[in-house]
Amino acid sequence: MENKIFEPKIVAFVCNWCTYAGADLTGTSRIKYAPNVKIVRFPCTGRIDFMLLLKAFGEGADGIIVSGCHPNDCHYTSGNFHARRRWISFRSLLDFLGIDTGRITFSWVSAAEGAKWAALVNDTVSRIKELGPYTDYEKVARYYEEEVNHE
Amino acid sequence: MNEYQTIAAGLLSSGTAAMVIGYSEGSAKRVRPVFFTRPEEASTLVFDSRCVQNIAVYLTKKEIRTEGKIAIIASLPVMRSIIQLASEHQLSEEKIIVIGITPSGEVKQFNGFDALDAYVSSTTIEIEARYREKIEQVEKMTLTERWNFWKNELSACFKCYACRAACPMCYCTRCTVEMNQPQWIPVPSHTLGNFEWHIMRAMHLAGRCVDCNACAEACPLGIPFNLLTKQMILQFKKDFGGYNPSLKGLNILSSYLPDDKENFIQ
Amino acid sequence: MIESYLLQSSSLTKLFNKLIETRHIYAPVKKGMVTSFNRVESLEEVAKDYIQTTISAKSILFLRNEILFHYKQENGDVKIMEPDLQRIPELVIWGCRPCDAKSFKSLHSVFNWDYKDIIYSSREARSAIISFSCNQADEYCFCTSAGSGPGHTEGSDILLTKLKSGDYLAEILTEKGQLIRDMIPAIFETPSSESKEDNLARIPIVFDTAGLKQKLEQAWNSELWITQSMRCLGCGACAFVCPSCSCFDIQDEKHGKEGVRSRCWDSCGFSLFTRHTSGHNPRETQAERWRQRIMHKFSYLPDQQGFTGCTGCGRCSRACPADMNIREHLAALINDSTSPENRVA
Repeated sequence: MENKIFEPKIVAFVCNWCTYAGADLTGTSRIKYAPNVKIVRFPCTGRIDFMLLLKAFGEGADGIIVSGCHPNDCHYTSGNFHARRRWISFRSLLDFLGIDTGRITFSWVSAAEGAKWAALVNDTVSRIKELGPYTDYEKVARYYEEEVNHE
Repeated sequence: MNEYQTIAAGLLSSGTAAMVIGYSEGSAKRVRPVFFTRPEEASTLVFDSRCVQNIAVYLTKKEIRTEGKIAIIASLPVMRSIIQLASEHQLSEEKIIVIGITPSGEVKQFNGFDALDAYVSSTTIEIEARYREKIEQVEKMTLTERWNFWKNELSACFKCYACRAACPMCYCTRCTVEMNQPQWIPVPSHTLGNFEWHIMRAMHLAGRCVDCNACAEACPLGIPFNLLTKQMILQFKKDFGGYNPSLKGLNILSSYLPDDKENFIQ
Repeated sequence: MIESYLLQSSSLTKLFNKLIETRHIYAPVKKGMVTSFNRVESLEEVAKDYIQTTISAKSILFLRNEILFHYKQENGDVKIMEPDLQRIPELVIWGCRPCDAKSFKSLHSVFNWDYKDIIYSSREARSAIISFSCNQADEYCFCTSAGSGPGHTEGSDILLTKLKSGDYLAEILTEKGQLIRDMIPAIFETPSSESKEDNLARIPIVFDTAGLKQKLEQAWNSELWITQSMRCLGCGACAFVCPSCSCFDIQDEKHGKEGVRSRCWDSCGFSLFTRHTSGHNPRETQAERWRQRIMHKFSYLPDQQGFTGCTGCGRCSRACPADMNIREHLAALINDSTSPENRVA
């Protein structure tokens, strides 16, 4: 049987003004980084609903990146500050529920940090590769497949 | 008649209040919420340790709002809920009289929110030891054990939403579970739908929950989802110095400090 | 066609063990404060002392989430995969109460009304109901006022009544019951002369159902709907524990190009139940929703199907977080004088 190498699926929720622009800079600077990441752009980290992270896990993401402007750099003044509080609370709730927070990378990446973005993605990918596929949440989301496979 | 009954009867007979919300004897040694409009009914009001349903939940209901000025028999959790609701601009001060009964049994009538706010601020929300122990037990488990523990507990939920209905803070006229374009929380009560419902509920109560435990008391299936909000209250103490419902304070998740501390953002 | 036998107490295990050789058995299992019907492997797992399970036996035949079909988008077309009904196992509902057993009649008629629901019917056809008469009751029980009773036989295939001796009176009520008897005929012995009635709980009749229906027809504008429902929180606990409530919602869940359509329990107590897309809600207040719940069970269903949608199990009252007591409320409606139609001009 063919021995498949595990390529993790990573979803990145990023803000438009800093991290998305930063990731753009990574590209224009011709810095290569792991292609496992799918970027979803938001106006602001303050707009990233916590449920979206669960939706990503439910749809089969093995890892998640959430990233936006550094503190004090928010385009809307305080969106990232609000987001930070939300992440602090949500992360501890997820951990209490037994959902693997080690698979979620939170970071600040500015529009000037193209290299940081590349490093962040590479680090996340190699960490998730070590952890292996995340199936706990996805299995619960695809509960009906067990039945289909019987048919 | 005892003190709170006398106050209630007085408010009704003088016409100061149009209705008194309190508790009375119900079926099978339970108590039930009552809505009295006649002074003579006040003598059947009861207040004891059985009064765990949070009757502040009725104050935001349309059917009650139209009744005129309401007097409410309020335990400490009910008083906290009233302040929390007021801080969220859900109650108007001139329509509510609080007949508060403190944990030590003292009856205090509050005619304005400021006095009530001062009283509520002088107390702190403390998680009972039996729940703290249970939370510690869960926290000590491995990640997989915790996941399995919650999968087992939450998969029992049949989504009657009694937890939501019993909670004074769940006053939204349109709940997130009712958002269906796209369907935000799966409607079926399978494990995923239950997980997402209880996670969403806990997050929406973060920094607002007054720990009255009415949600867990209402659950016909005895699911310990109240550990989620209780754990959050404990965690908020560590992360943000805790909170107390207050007219002056800000909700934890609708405010911030530029130097909020965390150790996980890269 | 009732045939009565004596089943020695020791024969109960034999019967159980015989059935489990070929069938899945669902029986009341106690976990903490909650007793519910779970699949069991041995008689030891079955709760011994319960008046009523928290969730009714309906959850075994009318699942709280039932996948109706799977679908997949393929080559510009949609492929529908119906569930394989042959996979539904032969099952036994063991330890059902007579009130729950009777409620299957109401579920049956709803799922066979103008359309035969194949999934429900297949489950029903493959299940046998072995009920146990009630020798105790609590103050929430009112089966005798709702056309049922502690030893009521309707809906059961076999009804077992525990006698003072510890043995059981076994009543074989249907062909399914006979089939079970024939699986292990030796344990079904000639009955003793002990009367069944002497071994049943005493549950006083608090109102008369026919009178209630008549009264309800005049009660549309009664003030009681408002006063009784004032404390109703609008949750679905009553409907979800009810053995007869059959309202459901249809939901699609999609993952990429495939998904499932399922049927999930719903409740007329939710404001969302009747809310239109426009935002208009024909049952705007909880009083209207409470009236619907009572009217549906005690007026509309009797008109449409000839029986009530309530068997007096009392679960809704036990489960209600605000202590809405249906027995008390029905009795009040019977004695109601606030309805304008009943007022003397």
